[in-house]
Amino acid sequence: MRSELSQTGKVPDCCRAGLFSSLLPLGLFVLLCLAWPRVVQGHMFTVHWNWVPSLDLALAFRLDGLGLLFGLIITMTGFFVTLYASTYMAGYTQLGRFFVYLHGFMLAMLGIVLSDNLLLLFIFWEATTVLSFLLIGFDHDQAGARENARQALLITGGGGLFLLMGILLLKAAGFPMTFGLLAASGNLVRAHALYPAFFICILVGVMTKSGQVPFHFWLPNAMRAPTPISAFLHAATMVKAGIYLLLRLHPAMAGTPLWTGTLVLIGGGTALWGAIQAIGPCDLKRVLAYTTLMALGVLTLFAGGQTVLSLTAATTFLMVHALYKAALFLAVGSIDHQTGTRDLNRLGGLMKCMPLTALAVTGATLSMAGFPLFFGFIGKEIMYKGALAQEMFPVFATIATLVSNALMTAVAAVILITPFAGPLGGKLSLVCEVPWTMRLGPAVMGVLGVMFGIIPEWVSAHLIEPAVFAIHPDREEIRLVFFHGINLPLLLSILTLSLGALIYGFRSPLRQGLLTVLDRLWFTFPGLYQTGLDRFLTLAGRFTSIIQNGSLHIYLSVIILVMIAAVGSVWLPHLPGIAKTAPLSGPWIAAGLFNFILISTAVVVTARHRILAIGGLGGVGAGVALVFLVFGAPDIALTQLLVETLTLIFVSLILLRLPPLEKAKPPSRSRTLRNAGLASSAGLIIATLLLATLQTPLDRSLTAFFETGSMVAAHGRNIVNVILVDFRSFDTLGEITVVVLAAWAGVNLIRRAKER
Amino acid sequence: MEPLLAISVGVMIAGALYLMLSGMLVRFVFGFVLMGNAVNLLIFTAGRLSDTAPPLIAPGRTLPAEPVANALPQALVLTAIVIGFAMTLFLLVLLYRTYDRTRTLDADQPVFVNEQAGTDDPAGPDPDGPDPKDPA
Repeated sequence: MRSELSQTGKVPDCCRAGLFSSLLPLGLFVLLCLAWPRVVQGHMFTVHWNWVPSLDLALAFRLDGLGLLFGLIITMTGFFVTLYASTYMAGYTQLGRFFVYLHGFMLAMLGIVLSDNLLLLFIFWEATTVLSFLLIGFDHDQAGARENARQALLITGGGGLFLLMGILLLKAAGFPMTFGLLAASGNLVRAHALYPAFFICILVGVMTKSGQVPFHFWLPNAMRAPTPISAFLHAATMVKAGIYLLLRLHPAMAGTPLWTGTLVLIGGGTALWGAIQAIGPCDLKRVLAYTTLMALGVLTLFAGGQTVLSLTAATTFLMVHALYKAALFLAVGSIDHQTGTRDLNRLGGLMKCMPLTALAVTGATLSMAGFPLFFGFIGKEIMYKGALAQEMFPVFATIATLVSNALMTAVAAVILITPFAGPLGGKLSLVCEVPWTMRLGPAVMGVLGVMFGIIPEWVSAHLIEPAVFAIHPDREEIRLVFFHGINLPLLLSILTLSLGALIYGFRSPLRQGLLTVLDRLWFTFPGLYQTGLDRFLTLAGRFTSIIQNGSLHIYLSVIILVMIAAVGSVWLPHLPGIAKTAPLSGPWIAAGLFNFILISTAVVVTARHRILAIGGLGGVGAGVALVFLVFGAPDIALTQLLVETLTLIFVSLILLRLPPLEKAKPPSRSRTLRNAGLASSAGLIIATLLLATLQTPLDRSLTAFFETGSMVAAHGRNIVNVILVDFRSFDTLGEITVVVLAAWAGVNLIRRAKER
Repeated sequence: MEPLLAISVGVMIAGALYLMLSGMLVRFVFGFVLMGNAVNLLIFTAGRLSDTAPPLIAPGRTLPAEPVANALPQALVLTAIVIGFAMTLFLLVLLYRTYDRTRTLDADQPVFVNEQAGTDDPAGPDPDGPDPKDPA
């Protein structure tokens, strides 16, 4: 429906909410820009409010070079995505909800990159998990979207628990939660006996969030979300949170063989696996999703390194990737929006009808492929330098980078050439260019990709250097330059481009081969996830049907048995002593009441006729009311009598409409005996506990407080009333609420029954 | 005096639990009412009954004339009585509605109990589920 609208050539109405709310990311972007010059000079903005000092949890934020780099990427992409969505999402329902999720997500992401406290970071981290669940499952009327949203939630949420465990372990070991202090005690962290545990717990959190093998599969599946969300999740936010955490914890935890080795191997493996799979799918969005995996793998690989070169490679590629990936996702969304398809086999020749989008994609893909003069070329050069200088597995790092870069080049060619070049398909001839709101983002980011490639020195001085210096102690000069001279990285770059061209040439047989291999795999991580989830649900179903089988008798018996076992086992040895010391005497009126209550209870329990049972209940209630009256509580006695009367009236009213009690089938004899045993044991325990309580001295200080305050502070002479309506008036409000709710529910239940 | 009341509480609790275990929903409600009374009496007794003057302050004074009954448990019991009353009414309506829908008041009937306990399919008859005939 959406594509029909645009194929008629009519510009869809911009969603005003989207345009208006795009001011939020724009404003934040401008704010960050204002702080930018000071950050470049090395200034660090900090804010600190105490929240829970006893937990070392503070609302502490800091803006340094690393946070600024991420913040700029997040707000810029956020602005373009919101603008884009204001048009793209026209026709969807629940747009208000969409923009709230989107901006909530952006703010949570900003919270991650700006918080100066590990626990605070974790809170924002979890917020992104929940919001990404809502965003991925935005088309919640489709089963696939729900399924994939759940997958993302389970995997990233589960990883979040590991992250929390890691943070709590750090805290339990006595390390501060503030990043600055934690970095200062970095040597102690690395030397700590629990260092492997810290590292592995945090690593699992990072791996799930940033889609590292074997937790990668939720990321391509998250493509079910509307395109603006995919662009936002992939290019700038969600998945970069893990990379950010690795970089942020660098001063505190990096530099050990465990850190470097693990990250290089996992990152390299993810990069290769993502890049290989990227040539498989025909869906453009899925292709892009796999290239994101590749990028995340490479970023993890370089976050593992300890040298300035390695970190420079990570931060530079982060920017390269954010620019081209957001532009490409948005452009693919435009193609989908205008043509109604993202299938590579059905697209072609769009250059003529979508020239501006084509231009933006050209810029982005050439940057992605790493052609000279584009920012991607700079990124690739520094990546090879970093890989060659990696402290561990430099050969593996270089080969993984080379192969995945070559594959990226080929994929970039596919994305650029297949939809835009060649003859225009018959059905596609009516396609027209998208409105400005959807062109602006890809165009600006495409232009930035070229600009940054031409002025790399400026970028390195204003963005890369502050970011790397925020996490690396040596203030070694970083210079990104266009031409380094003929050296190994340049040769590797040339090799990449030629390899990429070769792969592009043989893409059909390669794709066939890949699909065959993927088809034959007997073990896959998504399969493992699915089996695990299915088994778990089956187990939960069985468990529930056993413990929640609906039998009132079993529920109650279990509760009573647990009470008897838990209390009785401790209590049993004391029983004889209690019984001996209790004086069983009292005034004649007490004895009379005692007998009256006992007889009434017996009547209720044994009654075979409902009138008799109601009478017995009335007797018990009246007996209890008399006890209140005799022992100094006339107010309660009055309330009790009133309530008891009302209760009996209501019980009688309802029972009149129900079948008589004597018609009910009595339970079997053995069950009756069992019930009697359970009930009397519980009664015995309660009675003796009360007896024991009565033998301990009573602390009346609270009562004394109310007694002294009643007249002086609350000006009331009835102390009980003063407690209820003055000192504890909030409790009384709760009590009234319960009564109102019960009455409301009761009235509705009765009305429903009458309507039938 | 308190020990006698403690025994009363025990007997009332035992009777209430016995009624609630009987499997007959009407008797369950009786047990519930009885239990409410027993618990109120328990709280009241635990506050001691040695002083029997009501906790009131005479005009012109700022403190009660010593000694008076413990005001705190009285306030607690007063709240508990009202809430217990509300819950009893709700339970009664629920009982009425249950009978209206299921035409039985025997808690062991298959309509209440999931007979497929232990099998793969946990979706048994669900007494709490929405009524298919419900208009809402």
